[in-house]
Amino acid sequence: MKENKFVIKQISVFSENKPGRLAAIARALQEEKINIMAFSIAEADGFGVVRALVDKPKKAHEKLGKLGFNVAFTDVIAVQMKDEPGGLYETARILGEGQINIEYAYAYSGKEAAVLILRVDNVEAAIAAIQRGGGTLIESSLFQ
Amino acid sequence: MRAWDPRIEEMPKADLATMQYRLLKTLVYRLYSFSPFFHRRMEESRVHPDDIRSLEDIRKLPFMYKRDLRDNYPDGLFVCTQDDLVRYHVSSGTTGKPTVVGYTERDLENWTASLARGLVSCGLGRGDVIQVSYGYGLFTGGLGLHYGAERIGATVLPTSVGNTERQIELMQDLKATAIACTPSYLLHMGEVAEKMGVSIKDDTLLKVGILGAEPWSEQMRQRIQEWLGIRAYDIYGTSELSGPMFCECTEQKGFHVWGDLAYVEILDPETLEPLPAGERGEMVITMLQKEALPMVRYRIGDISAIDDSVCACGRTHPRVQRITGRVDDMLIIRGINVFPSQIEYALMSIPEVGQHFQIIVDRKGALDDMLVQVEVKKEAFSDKITDLMSIRKKVEHKLKNILNVAVSVELVEPGSLPRFEGKAKRVIDRRKI
Repeated sequence: MKENKFVIKQISVFSENKPGRLAAIARALQEEKINIMAFSIAEADGFGVVRALVDKPKKAHEKLGKLGFNVAFTDVIAVQMKDEPGGLYETARILGEGQINIEYAYAYSGKEAAVLILRVDNVEAAIAAIQRGGGTLIESSLFQ
Repeated sequence: MRAWDPRIEEMPKADLATMQYRLLKTLVYRLYSFSPFFHRRMEESRVHPDDIRSLEDIRKLPFMYKRDLRDNYPDGLFVCTQDDLVRYHVSSGTTGKPTVVGYTERDLENWTASLARGLVSCGLGRGDVIQVSYGYGLFTGGLGLHYGAERIGATVLPTSVGNTERQIELMQDLKATAIACTPSYLLHMGEVAEKMGVSIKDDTLLKVGILGAEPWSEQMRQRIQEWLGIRAYDIYGTSELSGPMFCECTEQKGFHVWGDLAYVEILDPETLEPLPAGERGEMVITMLQKEALPMVRYRIGDISAIDDSVCACGRTHPRVQRITGRVDDMLIIRGINVFPSQIEYALMSIPEVGQHFQIIVDRKGALDDMLVQVEVKKEAFSDKITDLMSIRKKVEHKLKNILNVAVSVELVEPGSLPRFEGKAKRVIDRRKI
């Protein structure tokens, strides 16, 4: 797949569901002076996956891998939303009409606008659909 | 070299049986005359040495148990004076008092000869460098393999256990061609080597592993062989038998039990009747030539099956299949017998999880609850929870199929389960009964 400027490398970390695991991950990132722009924890029975957008994903991957964590890169996209009622609907509608399935998503309210981070079944198609539907994608260079 | 001692190893079966009968007869007369313990036991069983008129008559003799060794601690079962002893070994005694074993010069000679035959049978000899990574000292593994390897003219690298990085450096620098250790320690070494940037397959001359002192599975053998680029052979023994004694030949179809040294029976654990060749049952061993500490019809507690046909390697001595469980390792989960080796077998066939595991048994209400923790491999890690859940389901499903009892599986981080340098302790039983 060719590099697309809208494809963002998210780091995903496997973590046991027990006290201190998130602290261990966060401390490792702090030690490398890596900033976390957005993150979420997905929880299952007994384990979870910590997902984060960081400013230095390669460095984060290397550091966590060295500490023995199971780390993977995952391609996600970030869509700018209006921070007002209906903002999420607009983005979700575009993807729905484009038959793009959202596997998971998390969001944050940024300084200028709200941002929705999405993992979809087809990244390329999602980017095309959002651009066609008039949505605003955030370039990975803004994060990384 | 074809065989260390071809006259014995390839002896026609009928001659071997005659030899065994002769040795048994001598042993029984000796013990009846000189061992108060055996004399008393034989009186209690109303059997006299004259009653032993064939090899099959061994069944008239009473059994020996681990507890007999403990009850007679330290040396109550020895049939020689201390003058005749040249060495002691002491087993760790995980379930009570340790057991002490003693050796006469001839006992050591037979032990060494047994290992010399075994090492040659798996292709080793002069020119090989054998790294002995079993513990040296009171444990029999280190010194046993050490003298066996020296006997066949190989060069011994006596690293003992621990300090794994150094072991890997020495393996490379001194060009070890074989290693003797527990299978779990070899897996640990493989992992440590990879962290050091060393591939045992590509960066060392290692070609043979002599692996034992804990049960392991055929699947684990395949994984070790592929990953480390070696041939892995099973070796069997316990301190009561002298130490590691019996090793597989290059055919890898079970370890040869040298008939001139030991006689093996496989019995139905319930009825104690002999089982036909090939059927799994409780192994009972009689050491035919041991002097200091004779073991007669010893219920060693291991479960296996025997193949008495002549091996493709030409050796006529029976082969015992790898140990598939221990009578006392057996867990009873909701009334069903479960052996940790079955779990190992199941996990080895699932590429998404690692080779280490831990079993935690607890009681939830009135029901037994078995949890198996496994490590998700780096290659199998997915960002998607559903993928991870399906790995877990796959493991649960496989375990249920093999064990016939439902178990729950917990996925844990790689490297988080304990690694064992000696015998693996994979079961934590928290049930209070």
